[in-house]
Amino acid sequence: MVYGPHTPADRERMLAALGIDAVERLFDDIPAAVRAPGLHMPGPRSELEVSRELAALAARNRVDLVSFLGAGVYRHHIPATVDTIISRGEFATAYTPYQPEISQGTLQAIYEFQSLLAELMGLPVVSASHYDGASATAEAALMALRATGRDRVLISRAVHRHAVETARTYFAPGSRELEELPSAADGTTDLAALEAALADAARPVAGVILGQPNAFGLLEPMARAADLAHAAGALFIAVVEPVSLAVLAPPGEYGADIAVGEGQPLGIAPQYGGPYLGLLAASQALLRQVPGRLVGRTTDLEGRRAFVMTLRAREQDIRRDKAASNICTNQALCALAATTYLATLGPHGLGDVAAGGAAAAHRLELALAAIGIERLHTAPYLNEFAVRVPGATGVHARLLERGILAGLPLQRWYPDDADLADALLLCATELTSDEDIERLVEAMGEVLA
Amino acid sequence: MDVPEALRYTTDHEWLRLESAEALVGITAYATEELGDIVFVELPAVGRHLQKGEAFGVIESVKTASDLYAPLGGEVLAVNEALATQPELVNAEPYGEGWLVRLRADDPTAADDLMDAAAYRAQIGG
Repeated sequence: MVYGPHTPADRERMLAALGIDAVERLFDDIPAAVRAPGLHMPGPRSELEVSRELAALAARNRVDLVSFLGAGVYRHHIPATVDTIISRGEFATAYTPYQPEISQGTLQAIYEFQSLLAELMGLPVVSASHYDGASATAEAALMALRATGRDRVLISRAVHRHAVETARTYFAPGSRELEELPSAADGTTDLAALEAALADAARPVAGVILGQPNAFGLLEPMARAADLAHAAGALFIAVVEPVSLAVLAPPGEYGADIAVGEGQPLGIAPQYGGPYLGLLAASQALLRQVPGRLVGRTTDLEGRRAFVMTLRAREQDIRRDKAASNICTNQALCALAATTYLATLGPHGLGDVAAGGAAAAHRLELALAAIGIERLHTAPYLNEFAVRVPGATGVHARLLERGILAGLPLQRWYPDDADLADALLLCATELTSDEDIERLVEAMGEVLA
Repeated sequence: MDVPEALRYTTDHEWLRLESAEALVGITAYATEELGDIVFVELPAVGRHLQKGEAFGVIESVKTASDLYAPLGGEVLAVNEALATQPELVNAEPYGEGWLVRLRADDPTAADDLMDAAAYRAQIGG
């Protein structure tokens, strides 16, 4: 089996027709300074050698740790149904197929994904999915610019740093402004600062972005922030954690025009670098601003139910520079995992997962308080919160030596913020046992003694 | 192909009917045939001022989405609200109920620079 489409003889004939001596001549117009250096690939190896090398790499993963790390990626029990369904050969593609209507099963799965997410988000339009929560957040910010014709977006500094940085990258060219809103003393977004930023009539705001829960695990006053945004003619964008929606108000209920989030907690294992799953939902009015693709339900010529790719005409391969986004695809396999996860758990099961994490986090808070480690913020949280630990980064490293992953030292995200220099962001989920909490508290006591 | 004599035409397949200083704008029957079934029309806000050649909206069919360009400069006096729920009117009656916008022309004589029916017919090869 030859996997390359052209034989050496084919290439010789093409080069002769072009009157050049090597394929490299075709790239001569690209300045050397911006060209990629050569690929230094190792030579071929046997299956045994490769599997040994991969096993050695995999062994470097610390799967033995007791983990309190969340910070945007959350550990949950993944029911066996998820792997069983996504491992089926019929679904074994990361993408929606290029002849979409031939793959009714894939389209039906995406349609169900959109329907389940619409219910969780409380918003009628859900895209077929995006690369990850950060790119979905950046896309939502661009939607706000297009929908309002304005060029300034306000994003809370308590939105996940990856989302803020990704939006900043999207905003870098041109005159569009992305402005960070400070935190109030309790750790939520400073609404007085929001109000002041919105009041600048010379620089009208297209969108306001807050996280729920925010990057510190805290619950934001979303309805009030939405009202402020709307009063200034701006859209309100919520960055949500999907499991939390089983117990928190859906974004559509508190007036979000767009809701985005990282879909990883829905049946996708934590893994460095992904693949993850970008969620994006919007109001009906914003339907044609939604980037990427949507799957719709219709009937065929014989009156049978059928699923179709719809609203494709706004994508880049057709609209070129005027496309709603540079995205022309989705995360079909991860969306299928999320669909299977949600369908397996159902609303009650998902509620149990969210409530289980919240209960474990509360026990964690009490156990730490008993040894004098207090929360940093006063606002309510769901299943993640920051604590003040003197020398947090060093303590984190010493706990790692003892097999405990003590969350995230917030200094990594906010190196210039003195208030966060001694902060550890700790998370609990339904997987966090009382024994895990005891081990953390005991080890923390020893390290701090 | 229907190319009414009384109208003026642009190379972007739009037509314009001048009624004193007001101009009614739509797309031609040829354009609707090329686009296929039209499923959505995005029109500008009433009161917006358009420069000649400026993209003022988007017409979306099952096959593609195309920009609409102002055939001459002017203020948008009205848009065809019926298209919000019945975009297929553009296919059915491109020169009638399927009109797009009504403009107050900055300079009605600018319409003289556009093609007449014979010239447009020649452009589309019909």
